[in-house]
Amino acid sequence: MLDYTKKEPYERTALRVNPAKTCQPVGAMYAALGVHECLPHSHGSQGCCAFHRMFLTRHFKDPAMAASSSFTEGASVFGGGSNLRTAAKNIFEIYNPKIIAVHTTCLSETIGDDLNEIIKSIDIPEGKFIVHTNTPSYKGSHITGFSNMVGSFISYLSVKTGKSNGKTALIPGFVNPGDMREMKKIARQMKVPFTMLPDTSGVMDSPMTGKFEMYPKGGTTVEEVIELGDCDQTLAIGKFSSEWGGQTLQKKCDVPYKLLSMPIGITQTDNFVMALQSISKAEVPYELEEERGQLVDILIDIHPYTYNKKVAIYGDPDTVIGLTEFVLEMGMIPKYVLTGTPGEAFENEVKGLFEKYGMKDCQVKAYGDLYELHQWIKNEGVDLLIGGTHGKHIARAEDIPFIRAGFPIIDRYVHSYMPLVGYKGGMRLAELITNALMDRQDRDSLEEDFEMVM
Amino acid sequence: MSALEKVLDQYNSRVYKNRKEHMVDIGNNENDNQIAANVRTIPGIITQRGCCYAGCKGVVLGPIKDALQIVHGPIGCSYYAWGTRRHKGKKEEGIDNFLQYSFSTDMQEPDIVFGGEKKLKQSITEAIDLFHPSTIFICSTCPVGLIGDDIHAVARWAETEYGIKCIAYSCEGYKGVSQSAGHHIANNQIMRFVIGEGDRQIKNKFSVNLLGEYNIGGDGWETERILKRIGYEVVSTFTGDSSMEDLKNAHLANLSLVQCHRSINYIAEMIEEKYGTPWMKVNFIGVKGTMETLRNIAKYFNDAELTRKTEEVIADEIGLIHDDMAYYKSKLKGKTAAIYVGGSRSHHYQFLLHDLGVNTVLAGYEFGHRDEYEGREVLPFIKPDADSKNIESITVEPDKEKYHLYLSEEEIGKLKEEKLIDYYGGLIKDMPDGTYMVDDLNHYETEEFLKVLKPDIFFSGIKDKFIAQKSGILSRQLHSYDYSGPYAGFRGAVNFARDVTMGIYTPAWSFVKAPWKTAPILEGTLGGE
Ligand code: SF4
Ligand code: SF4
Repeated sequence: MLDYTKKEPYERTALRVNPAKTCQPVGAMYAALGVHECLPHSHGSQGCCAFHRMFLTRHFKDPAMAASSSFTEGASVFGGGSNLRTAAKNIFEIYNPKIIAVHTTCLSETIGDDLNEIIKSIDIPEGKFIVHTNTPSYKGSHITGFSNMVGSFISYLSVKTGKSNGKTALIPGFVNPGDMREMKKIARQMKVPFTMLPDTSGVMDSPMTGKFEMYPKGGTTVEEVIELGDCDQTLAIGKFSSEWGGQTLQKKCDVPYKLLSMPIGITQTDNFVMALQSISKAEVPYELEEERGQLVDILIDIHPYTYNKKVAIYGDPDTVIGLTEFVLEMGMIPKYVLTGTPGEAFENEVKGLFEKYGMKDCQVKAYGDLYELHQWIKNEGVDLLIGGTHGKHIARAEDIPFIRAGFPIIDRYVHSYMPLVGYKGGMRLAELITNALMDRQDRDSLEEDFEMVM
Repeated sequence: MSALEKVLDQYNSRVYKNRKEHMVDIGNNENDNQIAANVRTIPGIITQRGCCYAGCKGVVLGPIKDALQIVHGPIGCSYYAWGTRRHKGKKEEGIDNFLQYSFSTDMQEPDIVFGGEKKLKQSITEAIDLFHPSTIFICSTCPVGLIGDDIHAVARWAETEYGIKCIAYSCEGYKGVSQSAGHHIANNQIMRFVIGEGDRQIKNKFSVNLLGEYNIGGDGWETERILKRIGYEVVSTFTGDSSMEDLKNAHLANLSLVQCHRSINYIAEMIEEKYGTPWMKVNFIGVKGTMETLRNIAKYFNDAELTRKTEEVIADEIGLIHDDMAYYKSKLKGKTAAIYVGGSRSHHYQFLLHDLGVNTVLAGYEFGHRDEYEGREVLPFIKPDADSKNIESITVEPDKEKYHLYLSEEEIGKLKEEKLIDYYGGLIKDMPDGTYMVDDLNHYETEEFLKVLKPDIFFSGIKDKFIAQKSGILSRQLHSYDYSGPYAGFRGAVNFARDVTMGIYTPAWSFVKAPWKTAPILEGTLGGE
């Protein structure tokens, strides 16, 4: 398993080996699926669209619907305008979405298609919409694409009428439907009226009914996106996936935004709850306090198994920052922390956490890859690996317990229904982490040391 | 209205005309069962097709385990092809295996603006330092073709600079209309730079290549097991669990067996022209299919002992699975299926389903050409269009030293006439009248056909799998076998039968409707008695 990965450090400047990120459009597609009756559309050759749909489907085990401009060589030379016009006509006629959300690909970006101009030249049926975002994959990552699409929905659609609707715009970041449900639950408990954009709950975790729905019940409606302009404030959750949306709404409609970290673990969930409280001035309901107390109780109960255990965490920046803080709260050592998405802010934020918890020999890297992470682990091992599916080879090669958290998880089921965020998400993570460590202890113990009670 | 008309009904006239040509109500049309295939997808139609890169890197090159494959482009293309196709590959002493790795130049904006050749060269240098491969492949993706990086020049540079083998594939995604273009591009380069270079000692005159077998779920291993049991020597498999060394020696075999016709027929033909090895279309899917194939191969080699051994192995293998197959057949008999996957699987699996008493009511290919549907007799009538002309076609000459015939010209001529070799009859001849054949089945058509035909099972890929399931129809992926397998050969047939049976009989289906949806309203609440 990964036999060629060397222990000795080696400075690479060009070759990417086992990436910890992917390209922008898949993020844009995911964001677009969180708008009700929206059909994402990939402007480029159809391979990208096929790959992105395949990936989202594998993670969510639910259909990820999206169309493509299906460029062939001609369009690549002469521009894709006519492909997009034909596509829009066909899509509205055959699939009848309320809105088409177009994102570009490397191809259409490289030839420089001007989407603004092309969309202006399209005859959009009454009451329907087309929006677009630019997602060149030679910049950023799927997180950038997600964030760009959210921003584009706002800049195309949101309108300020001058009359407040008393709501808060909630931008949840690149998370699972299960997380979005949990954030909505907490916002409701805190009595904050809100609109969440995007909201893939009900779309990418839709129930089995025996009937396929091209546009399932979930998702932010177009009307709600329009009315975001009348919100009183935005809570942008996760700097990397949501700040751009917050900024855009502020610029366009004067809605101030507050940036929060992903509410993973106690501190950040507390911050989320208090941010909501400062909006509604409502008291924190006992149910939430109870959940919080349960989580703290759990962490104290399990500390003998988690304390000072070394962890390596990789994945998307907002999620990884959240996971890092949570394992610190658990008394674990986040020995290696890595994301594939470029951005210095990530390293600074994680270093801040290291400092806060007095961590001396921990390492962080943005714009890294799993080959490098594996090299670090070879040099000094860890007790646990946390991240998406692609780490499974490292876990096996180094015989490290492994829990899956983040995106993508393409080799397990149910994860997308379950939250990582909120106190409930914390309980789930605590269970996953402890069980992984205890399973290992059981597996490794001598027969005479094998305990009934632990 | 036929099912077909019902489906077409909602299209506007332009789409209607286009799509109608891609659908055949078999035996019930004025068009002599002719179908349109391998032409452009309609933009916006929600096709399940992929791209040229996917066909080249993903399908044909991906399984070659000892070639370090660098995808030159932005990160996504390489990321998506990393470990997502199930071609299994064993570790072998002395042969590299890079299947667990993904290599990319991860192009950034400056590389797109100023050209990426420098970064590609540096990547090769780094790959050599870290991995010491004997072979490097370079695959280009969409933007690379546009900015004009000369990956072939870089490959030549790498060969002189490092004394390794380096082959470049210009398989940008926008070429052609589907994965098919990529198969062709991969085939051409392998023919040019790989096949014919080896000089392995072939020990057995009953030597074959297994072409178009990618070892999904271990299919290739199961097929090889049977062939070896009978007494064949498998010289090379293209490209499931293969190494460069095997591929280099392919010209030495006495017969090429073609499993997936579309992705590899170029190589099969060129090997015959250049080295004299004929090819035979085979099918190792299904009990009867496998039996017939084994008998056909024996017929070609025309050796009494081999024929006897073939019958002995068939009898033995069937004896081992007979009871299981009978059991599963009793569970599945009378069910119907629809199949929409890449190439040959939509054809092959009908045989296996038939073994189990399941009839196929609709079948289609994602990237097939007319010959996969109508048979090779239509080849002279296929007019090349602009998209297919853009894909290079290479011609080869007989190799003076290495050309060899196992049978006499006369015998070969006879077998050709019997259509035993160098022939593929296509899907249509095995589908009864009144069933449907649809090319490039899109999302809308899938939904509509499923509604009208109501098959019990829909065999598909990942993108359409959950659409069927949400509509209450079992779906199994035939690209990946839903991570089961092998499905090939005799033992594979049992695996397949087991998987389909458990899918159909899974208790969860009975819970789809909540009981209160169908129960009479509670007594006593009516009328306020
Ligand atoms: S269409 Fe082009 S960019 Fe898209 S996956 Fe294929 S090669 Fe990559
Ligand atoms: S071409 Fe670009 S957008 Fe398409 S899959 Fe590759 S990296 Fe992603």
